[in-house]
Amino acid sequence: MNFDWGYALETLPGLLSGLVITLQATVLGMLVALTLGLLLAVLRHAGGRWIGGAARHFIEFVRSTPLLIQLYFLFYVLPGLGVTLSPLVTGVLALGVHYAAYCAEVYRAGINSVPRGQWEAAASLGYPAGARWRRIILPQAIPPVIPALGNYLIAMFKDTPLLSAITVMEVLQVAKIAGAESFRYLEPLTLVGVMFLVLSLTASRLVRRLEARYGRQARPA
Amino acid sequence: MTSALEFTGVEKRYGELAVLDGFELSVPRGEKLAIIGPSGSGKSTVLRIAMALEGIQRGRVELLGETLWDGAKRPPEKTLRRLRLHAGMVFQHFNLFPHMSALENVCCAPVDVLGVPRAQAQARGRELLEQVGLADKADSAPEQLSGGQKQRVAIARALAMEPAVMLFDEVTSALDPEMVGEVLNVLRDLAARSDMTMLLVTHEMQFAGEIADRIVFMDGGRVVEQGPPEQLLSQPSEPRTQAFLRSVLQPGRQAPAQD
Ligand SMILES: Nc1ncnc2c1ncn2[C@@H]1O[C@H](COP(=O)(O)OP(=O)(O)O)[C@@H](O)[C@H]1O
Ligand SMILES: [Mg+2]
Repeated sequence: MNFDWGYALETLPGLLSGLVITLQATVLGMLVALTLGLLLAVLRHAGGRWIGGAARHFIEFVRSTPLLIQLYFLFYVLPGLGVTLSPLVTGVLALGVHYAAYCAEVYRAGINSVPRGQWEAAASLGYPAGARWRRIILPQAIPPVIPALGNYLIAMFKDTPLLSAITVMEVLQVAKIAGAESFRYLEPLTLVGVMFLVLSLTASRLVRRLEARYGRQARPA
Repeated sequence: MTSALEFTGVEKRYGELAVLDGFELSVPRGEKLAIIGPSGSGKSTVLRIAMALEGIQRGRVELLGETLWDGAKRPPEKTLRRLRLHAGMVFQHFNLFPHMSALENVCCAPVDVLGVPRAQAQARGRELLEQVGLADKADSAPEQLSGGQKQRVAIARALAMEPAVMLFDEVTSALDPEMVGEVLNVLRDLAARSDMTMLLVTHEMQFAGEIADRIVFMDGGRVVEQGPPEQLLSQPSEPRTQAFLRSVLQPGRQAPAQD
């Protein structure tokens, strides 16, 4: 079986528009994961027995069930509850919530690394809870975990092909359709693989830069 | 006039360990009070309770005539926060905010907590840095400062909130010996010029003798003896006070572990 360059070129425009969907899902999912994850981490820390406990159980639940099942669940069950979302929005939501649970754990490590004296200094200056988080704790907790968050976002990017299972026209779905029409899968699938490889490697390099910048930050007393 | 701080029959436990046990202390407004005593006797705990960082199990604590702690009951967060504005604390390990410059450390709370306009807070922050001899370090990050400089920034930071009561918890114990003097000088100056109530936990006996109106000796979670410096330091009546002072004052002998 030869690699047919002409055919590969033919499928390329379709694949690239699929890639645009993939990147959209990644960026939007990332926004959901980073914000919801932070919210979960803070609630878990500050929410007391009930809210904190609920956040912890939610994180645990999401982390212990497969993303594919969560996707199917949202895709097939939500409409029955009267919530109709487009496949892409459903996919972004599932990716975002799933990775929010992982990001929450990363944020938590960052929050725990802020020394107790910082909380006490803020309290002794009269900081109310909200401002204490915003101005004192999070600015110290987040920078050191930025590389770890970056790694989860790369993992999420590599999970986007799962969205093809709920008919999102992301790049893998486009490749499968092209392959089914022409009975040639080698070219489109190879191209998709190369796209993921190039983008993941680029992103990893970026994360390593972030690591150099934030990861080894000195933690003063 | 009501006193600045009033501890009545205070019991503080960590699990089984009773750290304060029937603790009594009354601090008139404006007093400069030094608290001395061996490591583990509960000195920091007294300050942390007054700062509303720790609750108690039994007894009562009043700050400026208002009830801060009444038995094991925890006041609403809002009340705690309001009362915290009356007190300021300087910690042994500085606890400067590492992500802010020296000046930001000093002016952040007035801006964030009291809503003082930033320009005004910065102007006041510069004055305070000048007062502690650090006018030229306004833009330095904490990690660029020496221990003595950090502690002076921390003092300015607490002063910026203009508390009525200032709590100093062994603020020179974590410093290299050559930096102790600069911090003590700032405190001396402060004690002389301000009418704030000051509670200083310290191992610097000579310093305590110079600036304090009264010295309290604590051991085992209680006040064992108290009095004016000249009396307590030179003619202590309690054997435990005598033993403690011998161990800190005698040349060639180690002061008790400072923590
Ligand atoms: N958070 C805590 N948990 C358990 N024990 C504590 C805690 N904080 C202080 N202690 C104990 O309380 C006692 C008094 O501590 P502290 O007030 O720091 O003494 P001092 O400042 O006089 O050295 C010590 O035995 C210390 O180990
Ligand atoms: Mg102590």
